[in-house]
Amino acid sequence: MEKKTLVIGVIGADVHAVGNQILYHAFSDAGFNVVNLGVMVSQEEFINAAIETNADAIIVSSLYGQGELDCRGLREKCDEAGLEGILLYVGGNIVIGKQPFDEVEKRFKAMGFDRSFPPGTAPEVDIAALKEDLHIED
Amino acid sequence: MKPVLLIDFGSTYTKVTAVDVDAPRLLGTANSYTTVQTDINDGLADALDKLEQTTGRLVFCEKYAASSAAGGLRMLASGLVPELTAEAAKTASLGAGAKVLKTYAFKLTEDDADEIKRLNPDIFLLVGGTDGGNTDCITHNARVLAEIGGSYPVILAGNRNAARECERILEGREVHITENVMPKFGTLNIEPTQKEIREVFLNRIVQAKGMTKASELISGIMMPTPSAVMAAMKLLAEGTKRQNGIGDLVAVDVGGATTDIYSVAEGLPDDPRTSLKGLPEPYIKRTVEGDIGMRYSIHGIVDAAGIEKIAEIAGLPEERTSEIIEMFAANTDMLPNDDETQRVDEALASMAVRTAVTRHAGRLEEVFGIGGLKLVQTGKNLLNVDKFIVTGGSLIHTEHTGRIASYGFYDEEDETSLKPKHAEVLVDRKYIIAAMGLLSEHYPDAALTIMKEELVKDGTCSK
Repeated sequence: MEKKTLVIGVIGADVHAVGNQILYHAFSDAGFNVVNLGVMVSQEEFINAAIETNADAIIVSSLYGQGELDCRGLREKCDEAGLEGILLYVGGNIVIGKQPFDEVEKRFKAMGFDRSFPPGTAPEVDIAALKEDLHIED
Repeated sequence: MKPVLLIDFGSTYTKVTAVDVDAPRLLGTANSYTTVQTDINDGLADALDKLEQTTGRLVFCEKYAASSAAGGLRMLASGLVPELTAEAAKTASLGAGAKVLKTYAFKLTEDDADEIKRLNPDIFLLVGGTDGGNTDCITHNARVLAEIGGSYPVILAGNRNAARECERILEGREVHITENVMPKFGTLNIEPTQKEIREVFLNRIVQAKGMTKASELISGIMMPTPSAVMAAMKLLAEGTKRQNGIGDLVAVDVGGATTDIYSVAEGLPDDPRTSLKGLPEPYIKRTVEGDIGMRYSIHGIVDAAGIEKIAEIAGLPEERTSEIIEMFAANTDMLPNDDETQRVDEALASMAVRTAVTRHAGRLEEVFGIGGLKLVQTGKNLLNVDKFIVTGGSLIHTEHTGRIASYGFYDEEDETSLKPKHAEVLVDRKYIIAAMGLLSEHYPDAALTIMKEELVKDGTCSK
C-alpha cells in the first residue's frame, strides 16, 4: 500500500525540539512518510508543506502553552488553501495551566482539530489513531 | 602566442575580447552594435575591425561565444506553492542564465494561459509537487499548456509520479523530463534542470535566434551570457588545481534594465545554534532584479530608495534630481555628460546596488520564545564575504566605484540584513567577466590569471 504522508512540526515561537523528534522517528518506524518541519513553524509553513507533499494529515505539537492562540484559524486556512478535510491533530501542553482535558479537547474540536492529545501521550496512541482515521490496516 | 576570441552577443552590443592563452594575458577588447535583425555577423565583423585596430591582425585558433541577444533566453516557469516549488523553479532558471519573464504558482488560470500565449517563451519549465506529493497542479498546468499550443519546448521537473502523465498530455510537443527540482520537501535539486535548460539552449534556441550563421564561424555559442558570468565567478572564487581562487565573493552587475547579483558562498550562519528557515540556498546563487536598472528600470530604483535619498546622495535638490532622472528615462542611451548628471547617475547606481544586494542577501532575526532568545536565518549569510566584484557601465566608468559599491555592504540601519561587512572591491574596468567565463570552459587557468590581473582593486570598504 502507498505510504501515507504526515506533516509534523512545533507551532509558533516554540523551540522545544525533542518531542517532535521522537514523533518523527516513531511515525517513520510505523511506516509513514513524515515531513518534519522542526520547530517554530508557522501555520503557513504547515499548509505549504501539506500542499506540495499532498499530505494526509497535519500533526501540530506545542509545548509552551500558547498552542491555543497559535492553532486558531489553521482549519480555516487549510480550507482556503484547498486542503479541505485534511486530518488535523494537535498535542502537547497545548493550553496554559491545569485544565480538564475533555474541555480542552472540546475547544480544539471546535477549532477544527480532529483529535487532541494531552501531555505525556505515548506515540503509539497517536499511531493507532492515525491508522484508524486514515483507514490503514495492519 | 595562441590567440583565442571570446564574443558576447549582447542585447545592444556585441563585445569581443581577445586573449593569448599561451602566456595568459588580455590582448584587447572592442564592441559594436548587435545586428540580430539583419545578420549577426555584421556587428561581429565591425567589432573585430575595431579590435584589430588596437591589437593588429590576429589569427584566432579558437572562437567562443555567449549570447543574450534577441531578448536572452526567455523562460516562463510554473510551480505549486510560491515559496516552495515555484521558487525552486525560478532559482533553477536564473541559475541557468535565463531571463525569467514570470513565475506562476498554483493552477494556471485562463488569464495566465492568455499571457503565456502572448509571451511565447523560449522554454517553459513545468514543476510542482514533491516526489509522491501533489499531482493535480502539474497535470492541470500541463493540460493548459497543451491547449495553448506553441512550439517552445517544455522541461518537466516536478513530481516524478506525474511526469509520464504530463508527457502524454503534452503529446506532440518537445518535452524533456528531468529530476524534480524539489524531490523531497525542503530540498533543492536544481542542477539536472539547469543541465537540461543548457542543452535545449544549445540545440534549439541558438538556431531559433538567427545565430546559426555565427555558429558556423565560431567554435560554438556555448551559453547564455549570465551563465558565462556565473562560470567566471565560480572559477574566480574556487581557483583551479594549479591556482588558488580568491575565496567567497559577491558580484554585482548593474545594467540598464536589470541588476544581477551573484554570490559564491555557502552562506551558513556564524552561530551554529541559529535555525535556518526557508529553502536551502544554492552555493552559487544568481538573483535578477527586474525593476532595478539604470535606464529602462530607473523608476524602480526611485520607488525602492525614495527620491529624497537619491537627491541626498547626489547632493542636489529633489526637483533637479527628478528632472535628470526623467531625462535618463526618456533617453535610454544617454550617458552622464556633466557634473550634475554624473552625480545623479552615481546616486542611482548606489541605490541599485543597495536594493539588489539587500534582496539577494539573507536576514538574521531574533525571536523571543520560552527558551529565551533564538536566532533565525533566512537566505544566505554574506557577512564574512570579503571580495566584492562590480561590473556594469555606471560602475566601471566612474572614479567613485568603491563608494558606490559600499552601498551593497552591511548597514547598521538595516542590521538584520546579512550583507558583507568588510570587503575588497574589485572592478571589471574592461568588461571581461563574461568572456572569462567562456574561456574558463577550456582554459580555466588562463581565465583565472587574466581575471586576477584585470579586475582592479578599488580599496577595501566597509559601511
